This record gives sequence, structure tokens and C-alpha cells, in this order.
Amino acid sequence: MQYDSARGDTGISRILRIALPIVAIVAALAAMYLGFNFLRAGTGPKWLIVAFAIVWGVGGVALLYWLLNWLVEQLGTVWRGRLQPFVFVGPAIAMLVWFLALPVLRTFWISLFNRDGPPPGWLDWSNLGGSFAALGSRFVGLDNYVAVFTDRLMMEAFRNNIMWIVFGATFTVIIGLLIAVLADRSAFERVGKSAIFLPMAISFVGAGVIWNFIYEVRPVDVPQIGLLNAIVVGLGGKPQPWPAWTAIAPWNNLFLIVIVIWLQVGYAMVLFSAALKGIPADLMEAGRVDGANEVQIFFKIMVPYIMGTIITVTTTVVIFTLKVFDVVWVMTGGQFGTEVIATQFYRQSFTARNSGYGSAIAIVLLLAIVPVMIYNLKQFREQEAF
Amino acid sequence: MGSMQNQQRWGSLLVNLGLLLLILIWTIPTLGLFISSFRNRDSIQNSGWWNVFPHRTYETVATLTPAEMGLDPTGPMVVEGVETTFEEIRKTGVTAEDGTFYRWVGNRRLGRIEQQEQKWAVDWSFTLDNYRQVLSGKSFEYKRPDGSIQTIPGDNFVSAFLNSLAVAVPATVIPILVAAFAAYGFAWMRFPGRRLLFIMVVALLVVPLQVALVPILRDFNMLKINGTFLAMWMAHTGFGLPLATYLLFNYISQLPRETLESAFIDGASHFTVFRKLILPLSVPALASFAIFQFLWVWNDYLVAIIFLGGSPETKVITQRLADIVGSRGSDWHLLTAGAFLTMLLPMIVFFSLQRFFVRGLLAGSVKG
Repeated sequence: MQYDSARGDTGISRILRIALPIVAIVAALAAMYLGFNFLRAGTGPKWLIVAFAIVWGVGGVALLYWLLNWLVEQLGTVWRGRLQPFVFVGPAIAMLVWFLALPVLRTFWISLFNRDGPPPGWLDWSNLGGSFAALGSRFVGLDNYVAVFTDRLMMEAFRNNIMWIVFGATFTVIIGLLIAVLADRSAFERVGKSAIFLPMAISFVGAGVIWNFIYEVRPVDVPQIGLLNAIVVGLGGKPQPWPAWTAIAPWNNLFLIVIVIWLQVGYAMVLFSAALKGIPADLMEAGRVDGANEVQIFFKIMVPYIMGTIITVTTTVVIFTLKVFDVVWVMTGGQFGTEVIATQFYRQSFTARNSGYGSAIAIVLLLAIVPVMIYNLKQFREQEAF
Repeated sequence: MGSMQNQQRWGSLLVNLGLLLLILIWTIPTLGLFISSFRNRDSIQNSGWWNVFPHRTYETVATLTPAEMGLDPTGPMVVEGVETTFEEIRKTGVTAEDGTFYRWVGNRRLGRIEQQEQKWAVDWSFTLDNYRQVLSGKSFEYKRPDGSIQTIPGDNFVSAFLNSLAVAVPATVIPILVAAFAAYGFAWMRFPGRRLLFIMVVALLVVPLQVALVPILRDFNMLKINGTFLAMWMAHTGFGLPLATYLLFNYISQLPRETLESAFIDGASHFTVFRKLILPLSVPALASFAIFQFLWVWNDYLVAIIFLGGSPETKVITQRLADIVGSRGSDWHLLTAGAFLTMLLPMIVFFSLQRFFVRGLLAGSVKG
């Protein structure tokens, strides 16, 4: 398997050995390019195109890894040892840098310009020779950030996101913990957990439809087909268009927040459930022997023991609610006082085509998440794994 | 002791009832959607889906004209000895002294009076037409109750379903492959910058993808791959990689060192060890991330509307559903069927691989 190509080879055969994989890589790339053009032309039955796309995409990536590795294994021991790690790690790092690390810097750069964005040649660091005149007319410094923190709609979005964080995270954690504790002692733990967990498989768009149907409103004198208004009318109340009910703004946001709680409680429950099962039985028993009742055991033993998990779940849900987009976009489109940061970002960047302002919003969103990033890095440094 | 046992029994009853109540609350929204998707268009529009369960309802047994009963709707009326007004008899109906129930149907001038009786009823007018219409790309003929025919364009969910598959399968497998290679490299190879690069992976775990959308859209425009499946695969690979690499590294670095070392002594190369040893051993971790990523990509809407765009040829299933919400938001027979179709595959994946999914959640609880 492992042979040293540097020894016992004539120069020509060694060059051939390296040239062959290179040719193969070039051929593979050319074949993939042809495949891409075939896909883009899209001639043929749909299922065939889809099947081809899957084989082309997955197979192509696997083939490239294999060929690259083949190439590296033809090199001498020293160079193989130096380069092989980068065959393994390189593609992932390249993708991470291209899709996440560089965009942070590029988005910040774009956020310093007006709606036209950086002038040609100034977009990236690649060509800094662009004209200074063009730069001057578009460069606005931190003006976009001033706008982010003064604009009325952004203020509304910040207020709503705070509501999302406070109510969404609190109720997800409380209900998730409650269900985990109940399920642990119930006769039908598995079925119960599956039922609570199921909404996690549902898309936000789908969940939007489900809850739109629950909130559906009909005129007073015809039967209500939405569950909530049917209950309200049954109790003698007046039907209301719940999330669009501006008279109670900002509290109409709660009708959207409920949806995300419904989706996320399953996640919280799973983590809490696993954590609760990790509490040593004798610890609980000792508490009972000392005469503590179930409520005391819950607050004095269980909660402190799983505090780490509570923090993890809370941060996850907080990050999640900071980025919430689909639900709001599908349910209200941000109208009726339900705008959030992510809908404002989308509207400014892609509907209003004001990429400078949109990018400033994205950077503010990132800054809000930076504390969690630092916490993660700290945790990582404390692990001795590396 | 007796009272303590009693207390325990009550406690356990309370626990089970409490959980049952929560399960009901959590299930009813999906159940309502599921039932509604099989009800015909008129039933959905005119009555709540809970009418499929037995309920008390009024049925008309006789129709009378107001003139026959000697009623004048402009003032107070006396119906079979009970004094009432037009508003009251129209809204709530009137129960006469002999127990018969009357209700005014229609407007003041041309209305009629119906004698009704309360009966148990179920509304089981189920149909598959909603699904036929949503799935098909062809136009659909709908026969109105009055006999006229309305032609409605189909929503072509079959095509959208296939598009979602074409996006989701490679967008799940590719990041796993790329991340597995990287995880192996980080775990079992030594190279300069290793620690720093892995710190970057950890730092990128929580970066919101909103930050990346504008620059990446510009790159894709320049490469002219906007609106293609390739763009979607690349975007989802990029955005899913930090979590994938982190999860798989945690798993692969914990594999027993001896197994690998004996393979190296036998002369196996890194590539062979990775392919023949590490990948098979890592199946649980690969599967749990696969489910995670598959559900995320299948259910994604934001990345699709930005990189796939509005071409009807390539729209994925969440986009199609959102389109109906936007353009025909009160066509509940379509929305319910469409929404259920979007959930079908995730639910199958979820129920058949729940064990792996839970494991993935537990391992990946650092990501936002």
C-alpha cells in the first residue's frame, strides 16, 4: 500500500506518476463542468435531472478528494507528510473561510458604504487601485450604524427581538423542563416525548401555515374555522385577527412567539431529559431521607445539578430567537408592529437593495452574538482535548 | 404508610394527567392541519375541522315562510307563543313552548324560517382532491356547489418536492464528507496551524448566516451560478460545516488509538484508514449529523429565496408553500394539503431515525 516513490524510480516515470493524477484532476473538473452545463440546460424529465444532480454533486466531491489524495501519495515521504493534512483539512477550511470568515469582514466593509455599495475595485482587498473619487462619493463611514440605532422600524425590531428573547427563551426553558420532569415519572415517557418533539421536524413555513390556520378569523356571524377564535366565540368573546391585531401591539408578537416555543420545546426537553437522568439516584434519595418534599428536591437538587444544561439551552434559544426570520416573514411579513432584526435585514438588503444598511444590521446581529462566541472559545480552551 | 401511598398514587395520576394535557396541546395544531387537508374545500371554509368528531348540531326538518307563520320582521314578533325580535331569531334562534326550535335564515325581506332539531352528527366529507390539486402541475377543475366550473392552476408540488430532494441530498452528504475528512485531519494528523484553524471552527459555530448572505450572493453572481442547485449545495455546505466538523471531530478523536495504530503498522495510508476504518466506525455520528443537516436544509426558506431565487423551475417545497400563503392565503384546502406535504419526508426521517437525531442534539448543543 505505502510505497516510497522517491526510491528506485527513474526521473521520467516519477514525473509521469505525478502528471497522471494532475491530468485526471483536470479531466474530472472538465467533466464536472460539462455536467453542470447539462444540469443548467435542464433538458429531460425532472426525476432524471434530480437523480443526475445528486450523483454529480456527491460523486464529484468524493472523486476530487480521491484524486487529490492520489496526487499527494505520489510525492516523496517528506512532501506527502507535509501536504496530506491539507488534502484532508484544506477543503473544509477553504469553504469556512469563503462562506463565513471572510464574509464577516466583507459585510463590515460593505456596511461602511451607502446603498450603491463599494465602487468597483473596492469591493474586496483584491484591487485597491480603484478611484478615490468613486470611493469618496459612496463611503459613509458609520452612518449606517447611526441609522440602525435611530430608525423607527429598527427600534421596533429591537423591542420585538427583546420580547422574543425574554418570552421565547423563558417559556421554552420552563415548559421544556416541566415536560422533562413529568415525562421522567410518567407511564408513557417515550410516546409523550415523541409527540412533544415532533414539531422540530416541521419547517417554519409549515408551522406558519399551521398557526395561521389556528388564528384564522371569520366575520362575527359565520362559524369560526380557526381553533382560537372558535374558543373565544364559544366563551362569548369577539373574534380577532390575532397576530395582525395592531390594537394590542406589541403584545401581538406573543402570538408569533408561541409558534417558536411550540417548535423549540422538544429540543429543550431532550437536553433536560438527558441531564435529569444523569443525576445520581442516591443524591435524590438522600434529599428524600432528609425530609425534602418533591418541590424542594426539584429546586434544591435537580435545578442546581443541571444548571449547565439550562445555560446551554438558554443560550441556544436566545441565539435562535435573535435570528428568527421565517415565521415572522410568512405570518405577518413584519407588518402590524411585528418587525424583527432579521426581517429588517432581509427587507433592506434584498427588497430595498440597500446593501450598506442591510450589512450594518447583519453586523449588529453578529455583535449581539459575540459574547456567546467568546464563551464557547473559553470553554474550548478549558478542555484539554487539543 | 397508607396515606403516603395514597399521596404517591395521586401524585402519579397528576403527573400523567399533566403530561397528557401538554401532549394534547402540542399535538392539536398538527392534527387540525392533517384532518383539514382531507376535508373538501367547502367544509373547510364553512366549519371547523373539529366537526369531524361527533357533535350536537341543528338539522332542518321543515322550512316555513314568515308569511305562513304570520310574522312581520320589522317589529317584535311572536313565534309560537314566544316573543322575540328579528335579530334574536336570526342569530340564536327561538325555542317555542312545545320545544320546537325555529331559526330565521337569510335576510329580513326574503328570509325563511326553518324548524330545526338538535342531533348528533359527524362531518365526514373527506376527499383527496386537495392533494391532487396541490401536487399536480396541470390545471384543476373545481365544481362549485351551484354547478358552475372553475379552473384553477395546480401548484406542482411534485416538481417542488423533487427540487427539494435535489437540494437536500447533496447539501447533506457533501458537508458530511468534507467535515469528516477535516475532522480526521484535526484528530489524527499533525500540521502547522492545526490548533488555530480549529479555534476558527469553534468561533464560526455561532456566526449568524445573515452576515454571509450579501457577499456570497455577489460571488455567486460573479460566478454566474445564482439560481442553481450548485449554489445551494455550496451555501449549505459552508453554513453547515462548523457544526459538522465540530461534532465529527468530537466523535472521531475519541475513537480508540490502538485500532488506528495497528492499521498504520500494517502499512495502511491515512486515506485507507479513513475510508475503511474511520467512516464505518463513525456511522452513528455521521447519521446524527445527517439527520440534523437534512431537516435543516429541507425546512430552510431563507437560503432558498436568496440563492435559488424565484424561478418556478427550481423552487423548493418551502418556497411553493410560502407562495400559496402569499397569493391565496385563505385557500385552506390548498394550504393544509401543501403544508402536510412539506412535512411528510421530515416526519418519516424523524420517526425512523429519532434515536440518532436525539444523539445529534445532545452532542451539538453549542450551536445557535
